This record gives sequence, structure tokens and C-alpha cells, in this order.
Amino acid sequence: MLVSEKHGLTLEIEKLAEKYGRTREALLPILQEIQMKHGYISEFAQQEIANFLDIHPVEVYGVVTFYAFLSRKPQGRYIVKLCQTIACDLAGKEAIARAIERELNIKFGETTPDMKFTLEYINCMGMCDQGPALLINDDVYTHLTPHKTIEIIKSYK
Amino acid sequence: MPIMNDTIQFNVGEHRLALEKALKLAPQDIVMEIREAGLKGRGGAGFPTGTKWLMALSAIADKKFVICNADEGEPGTFKDRVLLDEYTNLVIDGITIGGYAIQAAEAIIYLRAEYKYLHHKLERFLEEKRENNQLGNNILNSGFNFDIKIRLGSGAYVCGEETALIESLEGHRGEARNRPPFPVNTGFMGYPTIVNNVETFASAAIIISKGAEWFREIGISKSYGTKLVSISGDCKKPGVYEVPFGISINDLLKMVQADEAKAVQVGGASGQCIPESQFDRKISFEDLSTGGSVMIFNKSRDMLHILRNFMEFFVEESCGQCSPCRIGNKKLLEGVELIEQGKCSYTYLNELIELGKSMQLASKCGLGQSSPNPFISILTNFENEVFSTR
Repeated sequence: MLVSEKHGLTLEIEKLAEKYGRTREALLPILQEIQMKHGYISEFAQQEIANFLDIHPVEVYGVVTFYAFLSRKPQGRYIVKLCQTIACDLAGKEAIARAIERELNIKFGETTPDMKFTLEYINCMGMCDQGPALLINDDVYTHLTPHKTIEIIKSYK
Repeated sequence: MPIMNDTIQFNVGEHRLALEKALKLAPQDIVMEIREAGLKGRGGAGFPTGTKWLMALSAIADKKFVICNADEGEPGTFKDRVLLDEYTNLVIDGITIGGYAIQAAEAIIYLRAEYKYLHHKLERFLEEKRENNQLGNNILNSGFNFDIKIRLGSGAYVCGEETALIESLEGHRGEARNRPPFPVNTGFMGYPTIVNNVETFASAAIIISKGAEWFREIGISKSYGTKLVSISGDCKKPGVYEVPFGISINDLLKMVQADEAKAVQVGGASGQCIPESQFDRKISFEDLSTGGSVMIFNKSRDMLHILRNFMEFFVEESCGQCSPCRIGNKKLLEGVELIEQGKCSYTYLNELIELGKSMQLASKCGLGQSSPNPFISILTNFENEVFSTR
């Protein structure tokens, strides 16, 4: 990371600390904003957040590793999260999974080389009556078929 | 899509005045009304709501909190999504009534990250309520000050457990606390706190609107009122339905046109799997308890595949804090794999079932206490298919 980038990140975290307060309860909202904007929470960001909230960096690390929607590694601009829980599974999740893998030429857990898409499974996202379902960032797509899924992915390309 | 048959309690037009009515009552009277109605928690655990509110009301502290648990993570449950999306006013009024009943000034809606797309809509709605003087200072000129904010989860099933949820709100890993002390005494930031499910708040508003007596006429003895059930799986009409407590599985299946059902999972991944011979059993706190999840599996489905999916879910979602849950779920999943490979002996299977029973007793929170349920119920009720003839 460049020094100027680091400086920018520090300023950003400081702003967030002002917005949410320099208290422990502010930790998750700050992490969520950094995650949303940068796609991940770097070690440097974790250190800086710890400094501003006056807690040990390992506390921040512990929280980042606990939650499925927070990541320590750079992720694609669009995170495709396919629901793997039973209702979506029985509704045909496997075929959707294979179709996306072929289309993006990556496996689940991987990111495309151009850093555009990351492919993940998630647990029940509450769309069981409309499965198979997936999230792309915060947007929900339901009643998927392989063909429909590819069209959706294409619209983000 | 709204609730499919919201005709019993949830016809919201009738409840417009619930909040106004509540603010004219004394807080104690609201708590008594909820107690008399016999309302039990709709999230799954079924704790009497009136008792919870009474404990929080009688707790002495300079601050109290209301938390609306919208971390609906149980597989097969999606009724809270529909409530938040389409019955927003009822939910928000319910939370405000809860706040007035325990004399709190602040509430937090803990919204699961998967429902983030509802966030803006909810924020706009809260803003509207403030403009209409139904939130904020001196609500409807009653002298009561109350506001609600929304906090997002970050994708952790265990945060649906109330103390794990509070830990998460305080900026920690979502690991359940020892109880006691209970949140009604020592909750968010150490202050008395009530944590209730979305549907519980909506039901509370309905009770204030229509009266405890009216509410008690619906349902069956000890399980009063209606329940929202989220029905998914092999049926022609999946969705959210409002049903009176006491409805049988057979009647549910007819309602959603599931003709080929072999098994019904009641209560989500952490619930019970019921075979056809038990379809006359009833949805209630005393018989088949559910936070709302009903999943239907037809005759073409492989029950072992379903069990494997549930166990993979628990292995991923166990917070890892206590060993019965962290290790137990892994062992049960390995057991499923052994069965798949035809390598599991009958003796070992019985040991795994015993392990499951130990987990039910020894785990720290509801996750580990209920995660062996599908293993035990599927291997008991479908032993022939899953094990003996495999």
C-alpha cells in the first residue's frame, strides 16, 4: 500500500470514528463501512481502527474473522453470494453454481483476476420460498435458472 | 408478497390506532394486558413476553433499551422479512409500545446483513414516523420520548441468540453470554433490555389494538393467537401464512398444496423432522414448536442429503466458544459422511445419538442445544431409509 493511500485510509477511519463515536460499540459500523467501500479490511485498517477506538488490534482482528460479511482479503467489486441452504439446494442451487463458475471461470471462494467478481456461498438468506436465490452485494435475485443467472451476471460485467 | 391469508390478526388497517391507545394506558396496564393475552415469544424460544416486559419494567436503572431481533437466520424462516417489508407500521408501533411499557427511551433494530436492501426503506419509514410525531420527543403529545435506530448484522446465525446479539451490538464477536444475569437486568451496555422478535412486537401491537380477551379466543390452550409460518420446499404455494395455533401438519400441507410430502421439518435446521405417520401433530408451543419455519420434503428427496446440509450449516455457524457445539457438530457431520460411505456401524450410530443428547444438555446457548435435533430426529424417524437399507 502506498503511503498516500495509507494516509487517506487513516483520515477516512478518523472520520468514521467521529461519526460513530470512539467507543467499542462503534466497531462494527466502522468495519462495515470500510468493508463496503474497499471490499476488505486490510491489516493496516485494522490497526488504525484499533488506535482510534483505543482497543488492542487483536480485538479488531477477532471481530473481522468472526463475521461472514467481513473480509481480510481484497474481494471483487461485486460479491456474488449464492444461498447454499436446503430450500435453495433442493430448488436447484447446484446447476446455478456450475453455471456461474463456468461463466466467470473461477471456483467458489475465488475472485476473478480483474477483481470484478468474488464468488461465495452463504447460509440461508431468507428467500426460501423463491429459491434458488443469490445476493450481488446488497441486491437480491430469486427464482434463478442457469440462463437467468448468466444474464444477471452479464449485467454487472 | 404479503402474508398469504392475513385475515385473522394481521389485517393491519384495524390496528392504526394501537399506538395512540397504548399511550393512554399506564405502562403497567400494557404489561398486564400482554400477560393476560398469554403472548409467547414468536422467535422460537416461546418465553412469555409479558413476564419479560414486567421484569424489565420493574428493574431500576436510569436507562433501559428495547431491541428488535430482526436477525432472522433460521433456515426456512422469512416471515420477519415480510413483516418488515409490508407491515412496517405494525412492527414499529409494536416496538414503540414495548418501549413505553418498560419505560425505555431508545430502541435498536438489529437487521441481518442479508436484509440490507430493506435498510433504506426502514430508515425512510422511521423518518416519516418522526414527522408524524409517532416517534421522537413527546409522541402524540403523551409526554413519552422514544426513538428507534437500525444497526446491521454482518452475517452470523448465532447473533439471533439474544445475548450474542447484544455482544455484537457492543462491538464484540457474537458469542453468547452466560445466563443469568438475563438481559432484562443486565443487557445492552449493562442496562435492562428486552430483546424480542419482530413478530412478537407486531403481535403486541395487535393485542393492544384488539384486547387480550380477543387474542385468547384464537389458538388453543397455552398457545394463544396466531403464528406466521414460512413454508418452503416441495409444495405448490410456498410463502408466509398466518395460521391459528393448533393447526395440524396435515392441514398445513393441504393449504399449500403439498401432495407428495414424505417429511416436514418444523422449526428450521434446529427443529424436528416429522414423518408422515406424525402429520396429525399440531403447531403449538407444547407439541411442534417453531419460530416460523416449515420445510416440506417430498418422496423423491434423500433425507441423508438433507441432514448433511443441516450439519454443514451448523459446523459453519457454530461460534466455537463452547466445545460441545464446536466439536459435537463436526463429529455429527463426520458421522453423516461415514453413513454415506457405508462405514458407520450401528454401535457408532448410537454413540453419535448419545453425543447429540449430551450436546443438548451441555452446550452454552440455543445453537448447540438444538443443533443435534435434525440428526436425532432424522435418524430416529427415517432410520430405515437413511441407515438400515442404505
